[in-house]
Amino acid sequence: MQRIGDAPAVRRGLILAAVALSALFLLLPLVAIFAQAFAQGMAVFWTNVSNEYTVAAIGLTLFITVLTIPVCLVFGVALAWLVTRFQFPGRRVLQTLIDIPFAVSPVVAGLIYLLLYGRNGWLGGLLDGHDIQLMFAWPGILMVTIFVTCPFVARELIPLMQAQGSREEEAAVTLGAPGWTIFRRVTLPNIRWALLYGVILTNARAVGEFGAVSVVSGAIRGQTNTLPLHLEQLYQDYNTVGAFASAALLALIALLTLAAKAGLEWRAARQEAHA
Amino acid sequence: MSISLHNIGKHFDVGRQRTRALEPVNLDIHDGELIGLLGPSGSGKTTLLRIVAGLESADPDSGARIRFGDRDVTDVHVRDRRVGFVFQHYALFRHMTVFDNVAFGLTVMPRKHRPTSGEIRARVHRLLEMVQLEQLANRYPAQLSGGQQQRVSLARALALRPDVLLLDEPFGALDAKVRQDLRRWLRHLHDELGFTSIFVTHDQEEALELSDRVAVMSNGRIEQIDTPDAVYRAPANRFVFEFLGDVNHLEGEVRDGVLTCGEARLSVELPDGTEELLLRPHEVRLAQTPTAEARLPVTVTAISPVGAEVRVELEADWLGEPWLATVRHADYEQLDLRRGQRLFAVPRRWHRFPAGQPERAVMATADAA
Repeated sequence: MQRIGDAPAVRRGLILAAVALSALFLLLPLVAIFAQAFAQGMAVFWTNVSNEYTVAAIGLTLFITVLTIPVCLVFGVALAWLVTRFQFPGRRVLQTLIDIPFAVSPVVAGLIYLLLYGRNGWLGGLLDGHDIQLMFAWPGILMVTIFVTCPFVARELIPLMQAQGSREEEAAVTLGAPGWTIFRRVTLPNIRWALLYGVILTNARAVGEFGAVSVVSGAIRGQTNTLPLHLEQLYQDYNTVGAFASAALLALIALLTLAAKAGLEWRAARQEAHA
Repeated sequence: MSISLHNIGKHFDVGRQRTRALEPVNLDIHDGELIGLLGPSGSGKTTLLRIVAGLESADPDSGARIRFGDRDVTDVHVRDRRVGFVFQHYALFRHMTVFDNVAFGLTVMPRKHRPTSGEIRARVHRLLEMVQLEQLANRYPAQLSGGQQQRVSLARALALRPDVLLLDEPFGALDAKVRQDLRRWLRHLHDELGFTSIFVTHDQEEALELSDRVAVMSNGRIEQIDTPDAVYRAPANRFVFEFLGDVNHLEGEVRDGVLTCGEARLSVELPDGTEELLLRPHEVRLAQTPTAEARLPVTVTAISPVGAEVRVELEADWLGEPWLATVRHADYEQLDLRRGQRLFAVPRRWHRFPAGQPERAVMATADAA
């Protein structure tokens, strides 16, 4: 029996189109990045990567990412918990608000932060009086990175927690379990894969964020340059190999992230089989 | 432990609308009793059960009070009420083994009251033995059948030796045979362990078979609370009568002691006027000829032998909805019932619930046979 839309010609045509497009738009650029980065050999690549400013940019990017993830984790879990376990006026509005960072262009987000917290901004003037500088320094970069990445964890958790419902937690509470124990032993194990998945997405975005960061960073070499900003500067300076070396690093992080994601999905699928 | 519910009312605010889930309800349950809350969906039975458990709170303005024995638990948190609760869809912890599920309540006790791990292991194994699942201790819930899952959830609820066991549609999601077995088994367990139970069901048969007393609910009210026999034989009102079993309706005009409906005639000792009589399927006898009191011509449209009796569907021009009659196999053979056959229905008894007296059933025997 042949299913609808399963004519051999159609099937072959679709497969061919999918493979061709994937190769052209996804695989080829990736290959090109590594080809360019290693075009003049391993030694040149290494010189570029171990350049003082590149190392500083890598350090800042990792520093921002390490700070962003726990904030987004706590925020995402708390928000998902609130939205899926309680009924209150404004719940729907809140669910829409979560998506603002996705809907707004990151550059606009950066500008808003500059407007608010910059030296001439509404809150920035106040902070400046206390000698606190947020913009054009790492706290500003951290703030916009959190803004851009905060929906990922919540977005992963909300549908799952909605589907799972609160029956297991109710069962736990009738058995006398205190709130924290319920979270640790019932809620958390049920959402752990989605949570990790959300963290991976957060990580990928925090490392790669360009638009919002470029507005608030000031791009001071060796001080407020993240890896994506550094890459762009190298490219503007006609240092193609240097730019592609940094690009290769970013691509590598992305590939590792994808591998981690695939690994998680594989484990989750195995878990599903018995739990 | 006895349970006393006083003025338990509940409303929900959905958007700007206020819906009443429960009229203030009063209910006294004796120590060791097994009470069935029976009603259609939306009748408030699950809400009432969840309020007793403490998973939901009653409206404070109606002066609600809940007592377990001498203990007033109205303001006691669900965590400290010490009730066993069995959920409709089991609500087992899906990432824990059967053993860990049953042990959960014991392992989350405050450290100073908590039994040693050896004691916990012994107790869980005893519980699993009781629900006949010892050999499945290391399985995960998803690897069990529905009936097995429900038994695990029962063992889990009983692990803390609660005085009160609450069950929300415990057998609703199971197939008929498993349901029957679990029902008997629960009854047995209840009598053996002597806890006080309330269970919610929408299945009349289940409520009548399992309960010491049945509380029939509709629209957030308890319509009647009595023994299964009493609610079935002496329903307090029309709702209870109709909800507890199949009902045949006969509506017609009474004049000079004869009810007329199309070509149908039935002698009744009632004043003149419009009347509606209600009959259970087993109160309808089938005969080849009409009697002096009843002449109700019907045509057989369907015959299905179910268990000890044969269910016969009857239609006629004077009937709005088809009637259902149950006859014994002996009568079925004697009458030589066939589809399309024309017969006469003879009411053995009938019931009426006059509009003026909504709370009282009036019954009469129309035929000696």
